Amino acid sequence: MDDVALETYGLTMRFGGVIAANRVDFRLRALELRCLIGPNGAGKSTFFRCITGLQRPTEGEVYMRGIETTGWMPHRIASLGVGIKTQTPNVMDSLSVHENIWLAARRFHDLREADRKTQEIIELLALGEIARDDLGRLAHGERQRVELGLVAAGDPWLILLDEPAAGLSAGDIERMTGTIRELNSRAALIIVEHDMQFIRSIAETVTVFHQGKVLMEDHVDRVMSDPVVRNVYLGKKA
Amino acid sequence: MDLYAVVLVEMLYGVASLVLISAGLAVVFGMIKVINLAHGEFMMMGGYATITAVNLGVNVFVAMLVIAPVAVGLIGLVVERLVIRHLYGRLVDTMLATWGLSLFFIGLVTMVFGNTTTGISTPIPGFAIGDYQVNGYNFFIILVSASLLVVMLSVLKGTRSGLIARGTMQRPDMAAALGYNPDRINMATFFCGSALSGLAGAVLAPLVGLVPTSGGAYIAKAFITVIAGGPSLIAGLLSSASLFGAVNQIFTFAISPVVGEVALLVAAVVLLRVLPKGVTGTFFKGRP
Amino acid sequence: MPGSLTRDAITIALVTGVLVWVLPLIIGTYTLTVLVIYGMLALSLGLIWGFGGILCFGQAAFFGLGAYAYAISAINIGESTLPMFLAVLVPAAFAALLGAMMFYGRLGDVYLGVITLVVTLILFKTVNSTAGPQYAIGNARLGGFNGIPGFPTLNVPGLPDAYIWGDGYFYVCAALLGLVYMLVTALLRSSFGRVAVGIRENETRMSLMGYDVRARKTVMFAIGAAIAGLAGALFANWAEIVTPSLFSLGQSAEIIIWCIVGGLGTRLGPVLGAAGLAYLKFLLGQQALIDNALVTGLVLVLFVLFLPKGIVPALSGLWNFGFVRWRLPGHIHQRRRPRGRERTRNG
Ligand SMILES: Nc1ncnc2c1ncn2[C@@H]1O[C@H](COP(=O)(O)OP(=O)(O)O)[C@@H](O)[C@H]1O
Ligand SMILES: [Mg+2]
Repeated sequence: MDDVALETYGLTMRFGGVIAANRVDFRLRALELRCLIGPNGAGKSTFFRCITGLQRPTEGEVYMRGIETTGWMPHRIASLGVGIKTQTPNVMDSLSVHENIWLAARRFHDLREADRKTQEIIELLALGEIARDDLGRLAHGERQRVELGLVAAGDPWLILLDEPAAGLSAGDIERMTGTIRELNSRAALIIVEHDMQFIRSIAETVTVFHQGKVLMEDHVDRVMSDPVVRNVYLGKKA
Repeated sequence: MDLYAVVLVEMLYGVASLVLISAGLAVVFGMIKVINLAHGEFMMMGGYATITAVNLGVNVFVAMLVIAPVAVGLIGLVVERLVIRHLYGRLVDTMLATWGLSLFFIGLVTMVFGNTTTGISTPIPGFAIGDYQVNGYNFFIILVSASLLVVMLSVLKGTRSGLIARGTMQRPDMAAALGYNPDRINMATFFCGSALSGLAGAVLAPLVGLVPTSGGAYIAKAFITVIAGGPSLIAGLLSSASLFGAVNQIFTFAISPVVGEVALLVAAVVLLRVLPKGVTGTFFKGRP
Repeated sequence: MPGSLTRDAITIALVTGVLVWVLPLIIGTYTLTVLVIYGMLALSLGLIWGFGGILCFGQAAFFGLGAYAYAISAINIGESTLPMFLAVLVPAAFAALLGAMMFYGRLGDVYLGVITLVVTLILFKTVNSTAGPQYAIGNARLGGFNGIPGFPTLNVPGLPDAYIWGDGYFYVCAALLGLVYMLVTALLRSSFGRVAVGIRENETRMSLMGYDVRARKTVMFAIGAAIAGLAGALFANWAEIVTPSLFSLGQSAEIIIWCIVGGLGTRLGPVLGAAGLAYLKFLLGQQALIDNALVTGLVLVLFVLFLPKGIVPALSGLWNFGFVRWRLPGHIHQRRRPRGRERTRNG
């Protein structure tokens, strides 16, 4: 059981008549990195919120390292050692970068260790220059980086990121890729993304969502060249 | 049998007066998301406007149904232009500012009319159902409330301004994008809401001795009725007023008026805890 | 950190000492005592609202509960030591229950406001209607709208006959305010306090980091109630009577106004706001021309419109600006990196 980080069985979420996630069976091994892709409205974020406890699924079960966590509150799930970044930026705007990361570190460490951990994360993400600035004053890319720092500060073994690269510049994305690789040496990751370039550079296995269901799950190259997947994307976007 | 009739009338009266008390607040909150904590003082000023007009020799019904709403509506207009206008979208700040206004108006009315109780007698005599004496004025209040609901419903459903209002309620940004001046809509809404508060205060004035602090008795009830009702204006108003009115009257009959009031408030706390989206947010989504 | 906490404690003790020495030369100690008590009451709301992000429209409920708990238990026990503790514990326990009910239900700001306001009203109406002789707790008749007079006032612990009153009572109240202020300072410096501020800033983020927001808010709410309860007991001793008006909405409104005017997110602001506005009210009470409520209401409206942050943050902003300018020209520019890019948000 220990080599499985996350499993879901028949995970379903209904909003009135809309079925945003439809009997999703999903499995993630320890230290695996998986990308979720799919057109807008495919149900990726809904699936994500059901796993993280931000929403309670209508039906189905979620297991983390073999423990059933269906319907748990986010703080209990996070306390298991799960790091979470939501699609919309979620940070403490009127606190400094240092304070933000310290709060994340303090949850899992005593005072002395929290200070050390905070320093470590600030160095890891190269935030030293802006450590004393309030988050509200930072640029979008910097805020995304700090939020990644909040996720990393708890030493998680499972990391869930909803669109971490959205709105970032090419340079920022490159830096983000490095950080994610580094995190992946200690944790399994699920990354919801749109940016194909970014996905190719980090992922091996990709899960495609479409209309609430898992459409396909395979190696990134095969997924990208699959005619059905192309159709789904072209049909929606173009 | 007569007892049942009396209880029924009292029940209806309880619901009707809650509808009346809450209507002004509901319109303002439902349409422009402002919680007007000076609502009780608007009602109190409606009462004073009526009494002043009656003392000047105006017919009591004209005073209640025309003069008070217009006077308080105009006060509301001034308040909207001077204060509320700057606070749209800041719910907590509007609550604080209108709480300040409520104190301001209490002080103002105290300075003008003094801190003594005034009142007018009920213009409709009571009569008997079997052995029981009922207050004839209660029927008038039930009538006013019912007509109010009918008018609100037909304006919202049947007129062009009602359509704009409903659109604004759901998507203020879209209404603005379609070219409806949000500034004018806000002004008009606040005027109507204030006028309704004035009307309620005027109609209820004969039943209570009026003092400058009278508004405090209404605001909590109106506040919880509106919040518990949820997003649908009329369905929400009617459902939560029915629930709270019934609870209030049952406990008033069974035990005492104080217990009735307390039961109403306890019911509100429980309801909000169980249905945090309000009655209509939970059961009838998307109706006006 | 510990070093600066000691420094804070010394500063607070010194400032309290100087004020206790100077102020009685200007204002009578009887009036000063109530200003100090109101300062403590404002601090209780300033803590949970300004730092904990909990909007409570019914802080007066805990003030009144503290006062009634003191009065009722003092009548039954006959001296003041245990009642003083009860006056802190009863409101704290009540707030813990009420807070758990609200926070575990994930209610938003407005609902919190409604429920705290309604609970205050329930207490007010209930206590107000207990005029008959059948309403009594032990030997204490509740007395309805007349309130409870004639309970034993504060005495030296262990010496029931050694009452503390007059100037002595003022010193006790001032010392207690200094102590509470120090405890609040220590709390805000502790991990608990820093986490509370994080929760104020972003609840979702904090719970995604593993903090149990509901439990922490409940504890914070209870701490605020404990302080308000202590202020209530001190007020009961000062007024020598407790009445239902302690629970009134007007009282709750006043506490909120003190915090807004003084400044949320500071410790000093609410205390100064309370003392200043209560003194203004005292002065206004001595004339009949302008009504008290009118001025209080106008002050609240004007602050919400023009100075929503309150006086203390505005002044300290000015001070920092002037100070930095004068001492270190160019300092601001060195610290903040120039940022050409506009911040973008996705959503
Ligand atoms: N809270 C909600 N209420 C109603 N419908 C929702 C809610 N959240 C998501 N949906 C619907 O569920 C579907 C999936 O949305 P989402 O999970 O955000 O997709 P994605 O993240 O893949 O773009 C969409 O059709 C969306 O409109
Ligand atoms: Mg999404």
